Amino acid sequence: MFNAYQTNTLQYDPALCTGCGICMEVCPHGAFEMRDRLAYLVNPQACMECGACQSNCPFNAIHVESGVGCASAIIRAALLGKKEATCSCG
Amino acid sequence: MTAEIDKSSKAELHVTTSTLNAKNYWDHFLARWAVNREGHRVEPGLYALGKPTPDSPVFVSANYTLSFDTLRSSLKDIDGFILVLDTKGINVLCAAGKGTFGTDELVNRIQTTQLQEVVNHRTLILPQLGAPGVSGFEVTKRTHFKVEYGPACARDLPEYLKTHTATPAMRRVQFTLMNRLTLIPVELVSVLLPLLILLLIGWKGPAAAILAGTILFPILLPWIPTHNFSTKGFILGAVVALPFAIAAFMKDPGSALWLRSAWALVYVLLIPPITAYLALNFTGATTFTSRSGVQREMFAYIPTMAWMFGVGLLLNIGIIFVR
Repeated sequence: MFNAYQTNTLQYDPALCTGCGICMEVCPHGAFEMRDRLAYLVNPQACMECGACQSNCPFNAIHVESGVGCASAIIRAALLGKKEATCSCG
Repeated sequence: MTAEIDKSSKAELHVTTSTLNAKNYWDHFLARWAVNREGHRVEPGLYALGKPTPDSPVFVSANYTLSFDTLRSSLKDIDGFILVLDTKGINVLCAAGKGTFGTDELVNRIQTTQLQEVVNHRTLILPQLGAPGVSGFEVTKRTHFKVEYGPACARDLPEYLKTHTATPAMRRVQFTLMNRLTLIPVELVSVLLPLLILLLIGWKGPAAAILAGTILFPILLPWIPTHNFSTKGFILGAVVALPFAIAAFMKDPGSALWLRSAWALVYVLLIPPITAYLALNFTGATTFTSRSGVQREMFAYIPTMAWMFGVGLLLNIGIIFVR
């Protein structure tokens, strides 16, 4: 059956990894694991696209399209013709 | 020997404790009910917790009372500093997503509080869920302060402080039944006006759909089958619609079969799209749904929701006129 969360925008280039391990530390869903002093993307479908790994990787090895994920915010942005959704949540 | 904090520093040092009082709990209650949504703020700046020395740890937090209070109440008997960023009264995870809990504000707050004059060390402990907004290596480049990401939950901080490493379990964000229950008031308040109108005009089916989508859905979330929130919502909506449809069908045994069937169909068409929409909307409150996934869900299911609701509405109006 169709699962909208099976895929996401997380991309990782192991060639750029120096094994600092920060991606594993910041990921709240255990997407990365350290093996032989390199990061491995072991659980990519768990990614919620928060962007923590991307913003904290000093070597640009990770790319993910993060942003406001609220359905109502996306709808509001679409209706108002805005490119980026902004949530009203506290 | 205990070193003294240099009080000659120009920047103001606020004082706080790890004990929450009745006023704090009342404020949390109001925040949970979305009363004065963006007004639950603490003053940004540097706070002394307990009796800190220049060697005490520095914790970074958001200026949302619930974030700040969760942090300080987790630090019982721990002396330290709390650096509160100006996140406009928004919690850590959401503010990190917006970028207000971010590199620029952190660098700015380090400078305005003259933190380098207050402490001897150069380490900051940030909440892990603030990481999306912060670039740790850039903060170090700009301020010489090293960013250390603490556990996802503040309550694990005392354990974390023993070794300054978090176990994999401490790194995982949860979405427990308790977390989901605390979200129900805010969800309810967001639909209060349509709900009151529906109840006033006596349109019980759609009112029940709204209540199911805002109260039952958050509670039952992990146990409703399928992965997508919309399909979970359709399923819950169908369950709610069933008794309404049966009651409508049975209500007037004397009237024509097609009319009774049409009444039943109205509920089957109107209720599920309402709960499905509210369910889809709840993705914004979770700690695990991705933006691209939500977008895929929207493209896949919103047309169905709109069609069902539209046809159900027309059918309802049609029946009233035909009679």
